[in-house]
Amino acid sequence: MNGAETAVLGTDTDVVTKAPDEAIKGKLGDDFQTVGNIHVDNPRMTTTDVNVFYGDKHAIRNVSLDIGENQVIAMIGPSGCGKSTFLRCLNRMNDTIDICRVEGDIKLDQQNIYDKKLDVVPLRARVGMVFQKPNPFPKSIYDNIAYGPRIHGLAANRAELDEVVETSLRKAGLWEEVKDRLDAPGTGLSGGQQQRLCIARTIAVSPEVILMDEPCSALDPIATAKVEELIDELRQNYTIAIVTHSMQQAARVSQRTAYFHLGYLVEVGETTQIFTNPVHKLTEDYITGRFG
Amino acid sequence: MAKETFSKVEASLKSRYRRERRFQVFGLGAIFLGLLFVSLLFLNIISNGYGAFLQTHIVLDVHFAPEIIDPQDKADVNPQILAQADYRQLVRQPLREMFPEVTGRRDKRKLYRLLSSGASFQVREMVLSDPGLIGQSRRVSLIADDDVDVIVKGHVTREDAIQRFGEAYVGWIENLVEAGRLEKRFNWGFFLNGDSREPELAGIGGAVTGSFYTLLVTLLLSFPIGVAAAIYLEEFAPQNRWTDIIEVNINNLAAVPSIVFGLLGLAMFINLFGLPRSAPLVGGLVLTLMTLPTIIIASRAALKSVPPSIREAALGVGASKMQMVFHHVLPLALPGMLTGTIIGMAQALGETAPLLMIGMVAFIVDIPGGPLDPSSVLPVQVYLWADSPERAFVERTSAAIMVLLAFLIAMNTLAIILRRRFERRW
Repeated sequence: MNGAETAVLGTDTDVVTKAPDEAIKGKLGDDFQTVGNIHVDNPRMTTTDVNVFYGDKHAIRNVSLDIGENQVIAMIGPSGCGKSTFLRCLNRMNDTIDICRVEGDIKLDQQNIYDKKLDVVPLRARVGMVFQKPNPFPKSIYDNIAYGPRIHGLAANRAELDEVVETSLRKAGLWEEVKDRLDAPGTGLSGGQQQRLCIARTIAVSPEVILMDEPCSALDPIATAKVEELIDELRQNYTIAIVTHSMQQAARVSQRTAYFHLGYLVEVGETTQIFTNPVHKLTEDYITGRFG
Repeated sequence: MAKETFSKVEASLKSRYRRERRFQVFGLGAIFLGLLFVSLLFLNIISNGYGAFLQTHIVLDVHFAPEIIDPQDKADVNPQILAQADYRQLVRQPLREMFPEVTGRRDKRKLYRLLSSGASFQVREMVLSDPGLIGQSRRVSLIADDDVDVIVKGHVTREDAIQRFGEAYVGWIENLVEAGRLEKRFNWGFFLNGDSREPELAGIGGAVTGSFYTLLVTLLLSFPIGVAAAIYLEEFAPQNRWTDIIEVNINNLAAVPSIVFGLLGLAMFINLFGLPRSAPLVGGLVLTLMTLPTIIIASRAALKSVPPSIREAALGVGASKMQMVFHHVLPLALPGMLTGTIIGMAQALGETAPLLMIGMVAFIVDIPGGPLDPSSVLPVQVYLWADSPERAFVERTSAAIMVLLAFLIAMNTLAIILRRRFERRW
């Protein structure tokens, strides 16, 4: 598999080098520089020269990117380009994969999260995550939300916990739908409701950053619209990084967009600029649907 | 579809369906064969063993004569006298009265052999529990000897019986039958008594109790150890050569012949640690060694089957690894672990060979009072009885197998119910 990937990488790079189009600003390779401004004025998280390896496979290559406060940044790119891997580095979810190795600097509020002394548990409370497939615990709706606050000791008593549950569900726009059946199992909700439940669960521990890994890929268009609306509202209070396969979704919910390709961060910019006026040839090809 | 292609498809269809039908026939045949053998086994055991649940009794009018029980009338002073009295006299008396024509010493001794040696104990118990009986007469069902039982149940032909037990003996039994003095009663003794040389007195009570203590020790040790080992290996241990070696060896352990565990138990627990021989504690330790791999493998499979999304969800809200395992993974894996444990326990219940090595094959009459008392277990009891020459032990062997099978079926059913009840699907 590794061989095949490398082969594809080789061909792709060749195509880029041989392409006559002058719009190409840089070819993919060791000295590749991301197109566009990777920095923002008020970064919540900064990553510098991040490299990720799965065993021998080099999955992320020298990615540097700032994630701005109270902003939605969308990460797009073809399958296997490393966008999910990069996202999972931001709260060290990759730690669970034995063969995964992360190099480089990832800072949350100027603190290196890969510091050996840093405890990963509070980090994940600060940087929450919503997954591709809705994954509520096989417990009641109430317990799903209350789990995080309980293990972190965020609520002193039952009344406070009730309040956390209600506000979280309200913020996730799910309160009206489930307030009468908080004891029902979370797995009994519809797919869209389950995903909003998972978002509410993440909000319940009041994280600073929310990572979303293709949160709508398993949802129908109506549920997707609701979740997108929700993401837009959450932006007021949270910093959000979202991986998506849908370019329309990226265009609708995000302020900044990062385009990944074969482990490289090819181009970063304002979402409007990326979608209307991409600089790099690969970005343009992807956005105009020539591949991906 | 083009016409040409379609005709080709149609031609191949026939052979495809034929292949499917052939496969189905083979499958049905295999299942039929399996069921046939199982039903043959059950038929054989049940037809051999059902008789053991009934025991022949001889109904006699026993006179609780004070001159035999308490000749010096000192029972008030010394209650021990009641326990030590010669009750054999008491039960032989009515037999002599029924067959006054029997006079010779030898013939009389033969006549007394109609009754089990347990009959006098029966009368003794009656007197001890109610001393007011002394001086009165009662009609009592006394346990008959196993020879009577065998003849009455028709396990030997009349000719064989005459040849083996003598014409007089068979004649007495026929007289008793005619007089309505023989009755078959439910054989409580079979379930309550310990082992005995006399088939009519032998029961599985001791063996069942021994099996219970043995399994209790096995469960208490193998479930926590097995589950803890599985959780550590599956959730916490790093993936490296050492864990690979451990995994291979656990699988090897599961394939080791059980008698080897018996030898190990003999060398370790009895010779080295000085634990008592024939004790359920040692049996439980040996069976723990044997059951551990089963439980570990089943528990690891159960842990593996918990979807990674649940783990990610827990980690994603900031649960520590320990919290993730104990709050989310373990509850979901527990039904599978319990199923594996019950199946392991069922295996342990039926295990014989290793227990022979640690001396649980001894002839033990007393019902064990704890895991340190010498005892036997059900399968070993079956083994012991199957080896006994008395004809009456044949049906008792089958009956003991029936009880063993009933326990096994109950345990496996419980495992299936648990799995059905708590199984979750994603």
